Amino acid sequence: MGLEYVRITTGFEDYMPKDYVDLVKYGQFGKEYDIQDLGTFKELVEEHPMCAGCFMAYFIRVFYASLPNPEDSIVIGTAGCARLQLSQAAVPFIYGNYGDTNAVASGLKRALEIRFPDKNKDVIVVAGDGGLMDIGFGMTMHSWFRRERFTTIMVDNEVYGNTGGQESGMSPKGVQLKMAPKGKKFDKINAVELAKAAGCVYVARIAPTNPKRLAKTIKRAILAARHFGPTFIHAYTSCNIEYSIPTEKVLEDARNREKNDFAFYEWMSDEVKGFFEQVETKKKEAQEVK
Amino acid sequence: MPEQKVVDTDYLLLEAPRERKFITGAQAMAEAIKRANVDMAIAYPITPQSEVMHLVGDLWAQGYLKDYYRAEEEYGAFSAISGAARGGVRVFTATSGPGLLRGLEAIASWPGHRIPAVLGVLTRVVNAPLSIQPDNIEISYLLNCGAVVLHAENQQDTFDFTLAAFAIAEQVDVYVPVAVATEGFFVTHAKGYVNMTPEDMKLPPRNPYKAPVPPTDNEIPPARIQRDAPVQKSNFMSYLIHAVWQQEVWASTTRAMKYIYKYLGGPIEVVNPDAEVFIVASGCAAAQSREAVRYAQLEGLNVGLVKVKAIRPFPEKEIRKVLKNAKGIVVPEHNIVGWLAREVKAAIPNNDRVVGGPRVYGGMTLPTELIMDEVYKILGVKKERKVLV
Repeated sequence: MGLEYVRITTGFEDYMPKDYVDLVKYGQFGKEYDIQDLGTFKELVEEHPMCAGCFMAYFIRVFYASLPNPEDSIVIGTAGCARLQLSQAAVPFIYGNYGDTNAVASGLKRALEIRFPDKNKDVIVVAGDGGLMDIGFGMTMHSWFRRERFTTIMVDNEVYGNTGGQESGMSPKGVQLKMAPKGKKFDKINAVELAKAAGCVYVARIAPTNPKRLAKTIKRAILAARHFGPTFIHAYTSCNIEYSIPTEKVLEDARNREKNDFAFYEWMSDEVKGFFEQVETKKKEAQEVK
Repeated sequence: MPEQKVVDTDYLLLEAPRERKFITGAQAMAEAIKRANVDMAIAYPITPQSEVMHLVGDLWAQGYLKDYYRAEEEYGAFSAISGAARGGVRVFTATSGPGLLRGLEAIASWPGHRIPAVLGVLTRVVNAPLSIQPDNIEISYLLNCGAVVLHAENQQDTFDFTLAAFAIAEQVDVYVPVAVATEGFFVTHAKGYVNMTPEDMKLPPRNPYKAPVPPTDNEIPPARIQRDAPVQKSNFMSYLIHAVWQQEVWASTTRAMKYIYKYLGGPIEVVNPDAEVFIVASGCAAAQSREAVRYAQLEGLNVGLVKVKAIRPFPEKEIRKVLKNAKGIVVPEHNIVGWLAREVKAAIPNNDRVVGGPRVYGGMTLPTELIMDEVYKILGVKKERKVLV
């Protein structure tokens, strides 16, 4: 249905909420904006209750602005900070149970493929490090083993932020957090390598310091999932509260991490590489014709 | 597979011709799935359930279902079921004892998420110590989830209840999951006669738009704009929204009763309504109780049976009416906690009339003699017991 689904019935323009009318008139439905135009169009998510200086809030803003097909996208989340913002976007959002995102997404994506075999319905999991790598680990891994065609984005703040700052499997070794009063005893889980080994066709690690690159990575992960198999993005989205990062230093912190353990990394199967070369050449040609 | 034609739900369940087959309970459940126009099933092995999902897998391989897979474990299976149901397809899964408990968080959230799934529960001991034998203690955990819970006595019930479960679950004024429980091994692995509807007829497909909550498929205008997630707005809103939502879920479960009357002839079956003593039982225990009623008749004792088919919604009114003048009530069960006895006690006045037992567990059979012993006690019948040494 796509755009039909957001279109306002003729005669109802004056009665729909202004927010809705603005979304249809000046929003992302049916249009593709450059991420550098952020601020000039009506965004899918605006208000949110995230903490001041939250880097995850910024990441999610860019995430929604980068969706290739928002009118046919469904976002799935779980307990944690991210869902506080995800649930306030103009894109259907499913909040199931603890760590169940990749199982729910498996069922949903398959159901949509049964009912709409000729349409691209993008299913995207956006969940935290605890949800994907601790409590939901088995379901995350198995959705990849089964080669389910949806995107998993891990917003890694290296802590259980929403429950009050407990250690997660993604916290760095040695960090003192709640439930790790003597410091974390083991290393950060290497999620990117696990994703590759488990069969993801596109994998990226990114500290969101460069919005253009971030938008491209998100688009690529979603497009590759449509056609080839599971895709995974590991994003560093610091928790300025639990890690005591002053608001004005949040970006600097991300840049420092980028220099150390969060250098941009992108890997894709040959098939996916060939696909993007084809798509991106076509796009370039079209632009040249213009 | 034969070409299947869609027929009206009421016709298939109530009027279609039936053919008698001698099959196991697992086969009976799968035969119902064959006729239920199920889109997708998700399986995870556990004894004694596995047989059911093997057979459903074969149905998929033959083309009756559109998708099927073996999940990572029960929590993953039941979560994926909720995802698929939200996507608008008709879904089925089944489990046993420890598997049900492993996935219980997902199941308990199905009614709140308005997931009209059908769940087979082929009962088994909940560890420890380890046992794979039939014991239905797991049903007690299922009773507080908000789902409709039906308890099948035999292979025929298993077929009828499973097929009707889809019709009940997808009613707009119900729209909660329906669990069909029956005893593992005693029913799943034993054969009985089952009158079945023709193989070439199936239920109409699920219409996901005929629902109190629309599917998540980006097809229903207006598009969703949730700018102010109300549940998180304040504690007050959070209490209120959760409260009204759960009230609606439980009211929905209660509204399933009229469809239980329509498709299953009511939530209870009564044998000898003017009896002096009643045996109230569900599942396999009802089969043994039926036998006890026959014994009693041979001995000239006035004993009746209330077979409880629907555990949720619990037929309080119906049971109260039948047991009004009962001198005593025996509730035999296949579990140690006596969940059915508790339900009966909570539903009737003067509940000291209820004898909570006999109970067998760990997978033991339920000898009719144990039930009769309780009947004799109530009626003051002294029996000579010869002990052979």
